[in-house]
Amino acid sequence: MKAFFLSVVVSVVTFLSPVARAELVIEITQGIDNPTVIAISPFAWDGRGVAPEDVAFVIQNDLYRSGQFAPVARENMLGTPSRDEDIFFRDWRMVNAQYLLIGRLTGEQTLTADFALYDVNKQTLVIQGSEQAVRDEVRTLAHRIADRVYTALTGIPGAFATQLLYVAVTPIPGEKDYYELTLADADGARPRVLLASREPILAPTWSPDATEIAYVSFETSRPAIFRQNLQTGAREQLTAFRGLNGSPSWSPDGKRMAMVLSKDGNPDIYVLDLETYALERITRHYDIDTEPTWMPDGKSLLFTSDRPGRPQIYRYDFVTGLTDRVTYEGSYNARARVAQDGRNVVLVHQQDGDYKIAVLDLETRRLTALTSTDLDESPSIAPNGSMVLYATKQAGRGILAAVSVDGGARFNLPARDGEVREPSWSPYLPKTP
Amino acid sequence: MKQLPQFRQLVTVAFLSVFLAACAGNDMKEQEAAAAQAAAEAAAQAEADAAAAQAAKERAEAQAAAELRRLQDDARMAGSVVYFEFDSSTLTDTGRAVLDKHVALLKNTGASVRLEGHTDERGTREYNMALAERRANAVRDYMMVKGIPGYRLESISFGEEKPVSYGSSEVSWSQNRRVEIK
Repeated sequence: MKAFFLSVVVSVVTFLSPVARAELVIEITQGIDNPTVIAISPFAWDGRGVAPEDVAFVIQNDLYRSGQFAPVARENMLGTPSRDEDIFFRDWRMVNAQYLLIGRLTGEQTLTADFALYDVNKQTLVIQGSEQAVRDEVRTLAHRIADRVYTALTGIPGAFATQLLYVAVTPIPGEKDYYELTLADADGARPRVLLASREPILAPTWSPDATEIAYVSFETSRPAIFRQNLQTGAREQLTAFRGLNGSPSWSPDGKRMAMVLSKDGNPDIYVLDLETYALERITRHYDIDTEPTWMPDGKSLLFTSDRPGRPQIYRYDFVTGLTDRVTYEGSYNARARVAQDGRNVVLVHQQDGDYKIAVLDLETRRLTALTSTDLDESPSIAPNGSMVLYATKQAGRGILAAVSVDGGARFNLPARDGEVREPSWSPYLPKTP
Repeated sequence: MKQLPQFRQLVTVAFLSVFLAACAGNDMKEQEAAAAQAAAEAAAQAEADAAAAQAAKERAEAQAAAELRRLQDDARMAGSVVYFEFDSSTLTDTGRAVLDKHVALLKNTGASVRLEGHTDERGTREYNMALAERRANAVRDYMMVKGIPGYRLESISFGEEKPVSYGSSEVSWSQNRRVEIK
């Protein structure tokens, strides 16, 4: 059992029906100054019965959550047009709307949403288009429209049609905690439990094509790294070495996985080839090396090492084979995650004794704290680089929170019940029908 | 019980001599009686030896059991948890005193133990996994130096995942920075 092996483990673990207890609730705590005012008129429904979802409401909440938009409340709308000819721009100027989105939803099993975005002051069309999805994925359709509106108005790709992985923990007095690896929409809706266990689950992460996830589970009574396919549910145990088996991180090409193992005495960084299962040792140091993460070009790895005495971020270069220190500010910098631009690095930074989330600009080497709370950890950056999701504590309870990379917008995502931790924001999702 | 085969041998020897004497045909009855008496004496002696050995063994076993109980009580009194300072994997004097009791017990029983390392909630989860492992290994290394072979000791790290106290203050944190001997 100590040797490297591959198997599908079904033991203390149960796969549950897609009903999660730890549903997230959004509490927006701060938006930017002078946000763009946008009105999203309720979408018309041309199908039979009741509309399967309030698409306009989903879009409105997405844009509001970004902190960059102030949606017009429905009760203040003087009309609810869904066709070009029904729009009276004066009505929208009166409620200070700068932009107006209208749309209509049609279909049976496959739904189509046609939408149009207008500049209220110029009285011109900004974009129009349509999105399709199967009935069960109508929220995804709404998130995609939000992405297109966001892109049109900010010039930045939207990341609303993405997903979050997180670990929900329900403490049960006198018993072992109950862990649930949960997958939800980026707005916390539709939580699905992927894995439930009485032993810790941690370090969930995504494959770059978002079709697979990896995590550490203690279900065998020891830590082991697993990968799981999100389409088929197939699960594979990748490691079962003596000692630590942690911090899985997929390479940008999806072919390799960096991880931390202590089988050779100390925690060191290793890279596992996912096709040949060959294992390459990256660091050889008697201090702690952990928390590897890939630079987007795949040519180097960032990791945490306490070789200077306390933890700092280091970089290993695959081309030169050299390791150099990246962070110098403060006595504690750990668990880096890199934005897709390869420039912004989010990490856990200790300041005045508190653990905060900070962003390090690799070009200017400037480190800026993004949060002012304590015990902030596990930062994860949106695929468009705009927001950082992290775990913190609120009144002694673990919650998720988000902050924009410029620090301007913030929201909290507490669970309705229990604790939530270790968020991992998905890459852009493969487009499904 | 070990005395038994010896006793059987004696009986066999006695029988053989009786048989040989019978074949010789001289003073058969006298020899027979003497042999029988010798055999009986030998048997009685063997039985007495066996009983004495058994009694000695039982005494030794009782002593060993008492000693084991004492060691178990000592270990139980000392507790099965050692605590650490913040961000440290150095054993404290108190910690070593606790471990000494467990080392004495382990030497006596030959049992295997799991050493489960833990940290408080401060710092990142994966770094804490490494720190907790370092604590478990510090306990393992101490026990090995004191004579417990490494194959009987397994270090497992749970990082900050299994706190015993859920608060966010030093009172809770100090209880969570620990290695549990299981």
